[in-house]
Amino acid sequence: MRQFIERHTFWAIVLVLLIAVFLWLVFAVWPPWLVAAIGRKKTFVNTLFNGVTLGGLYFLVASGFTLVFGLMRNVNLAHGSMYLLGGYIGYDVAEASGSWFLGLAVAFLVIALSGALLQVLVFRRMEGDDLRQTLVTIGLSIVAADLMLAAWTGVTYQFAPPEWLFGAAKLPIVSAVKSSGDAVYIKYPIYRLSVLVVAIGIGIALWLFLNRTRVGMMIRAGVNDRDMLSASGVNVQLVFAVVFAIGAGLAGFAGVVGGTALSISPGEDIRYLLASLIVVIVGGLGSVTGAAIGALLIGLAEQFGLAYFPTYGVVLTFLIMVFVLAVRPQGIMGGR
Amino acid sequence: MYRTRKTLFTAAALLAGSTGLAGIAQAEDTIKMGALATLEGAFAALGEDSMRGVTMALEEVDYMAGGKKIELVTGSSDASPDSAIRATRKLVEQDGVQVMVGPLSGSEGLAVKDYAKTQPDVTFVNGTSAAQDTTLRDPAPNFFRFSTDGAQWMAGLGEYAYNVKGYRSVAVLAEDYSFPYTQVFGFLEPFCRLGGKAPADARFWVPIGNKDYSSVIAALPDDVDAIYVALGGADAINFLTQYEQAGGELPLVAGSITVDQSVLGSKGRTRDFVIGTPSAGPISDTWDDPRWDAFVAAYQKRFPDGFPSPTLFSHGYYINTKALLLGIEAVGGDLSDGGAALRAALSALEFETPTGMVTLDPRRNAVADIFLTEVIVGPEGNLVNKTLEVIPAVSQTFGLAYEKFLEYGQVSRENPPCE
Repeated sequence: MRQFIERHTFWAIVLVLLIAVFLWLVFAVWPPWLVAAIGRKKTFVNTLFNGVTLGGLYFLVASGFTLVFGLMRNVNLAHGSMYLLGGYIGYDVAEASGSWFLGLAVAFLVIALSGALLQVLVFRRMEGDDLRQTLVTIGLSIVAADLMLAAWTGVTYQFAPPEWLFGAAKLPIVSAVKSSGDAVYIKYPIYRLSVLVVAIGIGIALWLFLNRTRVGMMIRAGVNDRDMLSASGVNVQLVFAVVFAIGAGLAGFAGVVGGTALSISPGEDIRYLLASLIVVIVGGLGSVTGAAIGALLIGLAEQFGLAYFPTYGVVLTFLIMVFVLAVRPQGIMGGR
Repeated sequence: MYRTRKTLFTAAALLAGSTGLAGIAQAEDTIKMGALATLEGAFAALGEDSMRGVTMALEEVDYMAGGKKIELVTGSSDASPDSAIRATRKLVEQDGVQVMVGPLSGSEGLAVKDYAKTQPDVTFVNGTSAAQDTTLRDPAPNFFRFSTDGAQWMAGLGEYAYNVKGYRSVAVLAEDYSFPYTQVFGFLEPFCRLGGKAPADARFWVPIGNKDYSSVIAALPDDVDAIYVALGGADAINFLTQYEQAGGELPLVAGSITVDQSVLGSKGRTRDFVIGTPSAGPISDTWDDPRWDAFVAAYQKRFPDGFPSPTLFSHGYYINTKALLLGIEAVGGDLSDGGAALRAALSALEFETPTGMVTLDPRRNAVADIFLTEVIVGPEGNLVNKTLEVIPAVSQTFGLAYEKFLEYGQVSRENPPCE
């Protein structure tokens, strides 16, 4: 930190100024000229929170995707189907048992198991053949989409989260002061805040798992050199299955979390597959930190686009992708 | 990849269609009837309930009309006009239906009306699609709507919001297609004529099937008296849940399908904060009338797994199917003239429905009673719509001469301007 300030004094000052302006935007009561220029503060702060929490959700989905790619060089295009299947299974279990958390746990476990099976039964047979694996995952996703349509029909499902997760929290941020002198505080849904907390929790857990455990060490070694790892006596197939299970399980987990924040219905599989693709392209394929940065960027871009220029909102997401591909094709945190 | 799959599928369907056409041989003693509803997408639950209405009307006559057996063929769309056309073409050109009931959603209705012109020998009866121009401008001679349109459904609501609720300015949140335009027009026209305001920058238009309303909720202004919401099916459920989660406090004024049983009676949390929300539409859950009570009782008995009480969709499809069956009965099941006699009979048809008498205007659109309602907690603890007022015999032009009514212009995002 000190080194950075000494070397790049100018950029350090700019950075500090930017952070100060940002904090001021969030916490200060906006003067009328600013409201006239960019709209009400409530819109800005809510959009900011929406973007960050959506980023959290995208991270949950994309982290599994990037993990699998990092180790196996396998672009699993059936990842979106796993998200949707996790949502449906979680819904059925939560409905039958009355426990939302049980639904969450079962979705994670079932999808993790299906991921491991997929690795053992399908991908192992075509190891090293990237193109074939990718095509097979596309096929699987199409078959899965129609099977799910047959089983759960086209109806939109909405989860009932536990009562204490429902409703809005008053944030200690003043949006405006009424003429009577009362401060109006900004309210935000508790559930969406918990999505963010869970995403951060999962992110830290993944980092610890990869950097502080023996299995994590093997995975990192596998990312660097698969053959050497195998030669040093590690059962690479087992490591592959474990990683695939974790990646798929995270998608199923995200299905329940995301299905509760919004809702689940056919078509969500493609939506989240596309979102995770963009996130990992921006963040860098194979890097969990990159997935976090990419998810945050894309979530913010999507929400600010929707709120401030709805017609061209989608373009913003792709502009970021184009910019990253032009300047840093391997992604923000991508190696090599 | 999806696109490719669809194209392939369409090609396959076309091939099957062209070979199938040659082989159609109509049995003398049956009439093929098509029924089209949205069994996919955001309005899937509504489509399911529509089919319950069709089933009820058919079972009442034991699938017989005019001495002929009625054979039902169903089709599914997803509320987009092209899906409705695809399904209609399949029903007409491949299955060879002679009469058809549907579609469900506004823009689908516009598309099917245009398609109807290319099939003069097939008789089309609306489902619940309620865009104004399906029958108002450039109607098809073989398209009948025994259910009313979205502007008719709003009769009395604008006046009620202004005079009784005392609202002076509203924000508008609606889906971005012809039916909500029609509803917004029907609500705002009287509301603004009385002096109410709904500025253009406080109108929010979202696509059908939108999931995430958080940014729209964040952008809703605080300085309005109420929000007029015209969303349907899963969209309404998503919005109401997220609005409650976000701690929204503004009172709502609801479109006809935003607080009907398809939303209030859906699974999940009870949405107590909508109690007191005024709305208007072709039905009222608690209308105290023997005809309505009998319809509700029949629905509940036949469909224990349906909604707690019939929705606007089962009601609309029931009425339209019933009208069609009465027409077939009147011509003794004889469609050998390409349905010309049937269409003459339908045009002259007047009949008793669960919600009163229905007649048609010269453009084959219904004149019927409309109900002004308010959400209350019903006797069984679930939310229902209480009848505030019944507005008798509402016509598509609200009693104005046809040419005079056209001067209001086509329904759109900005009509009326209300600045």
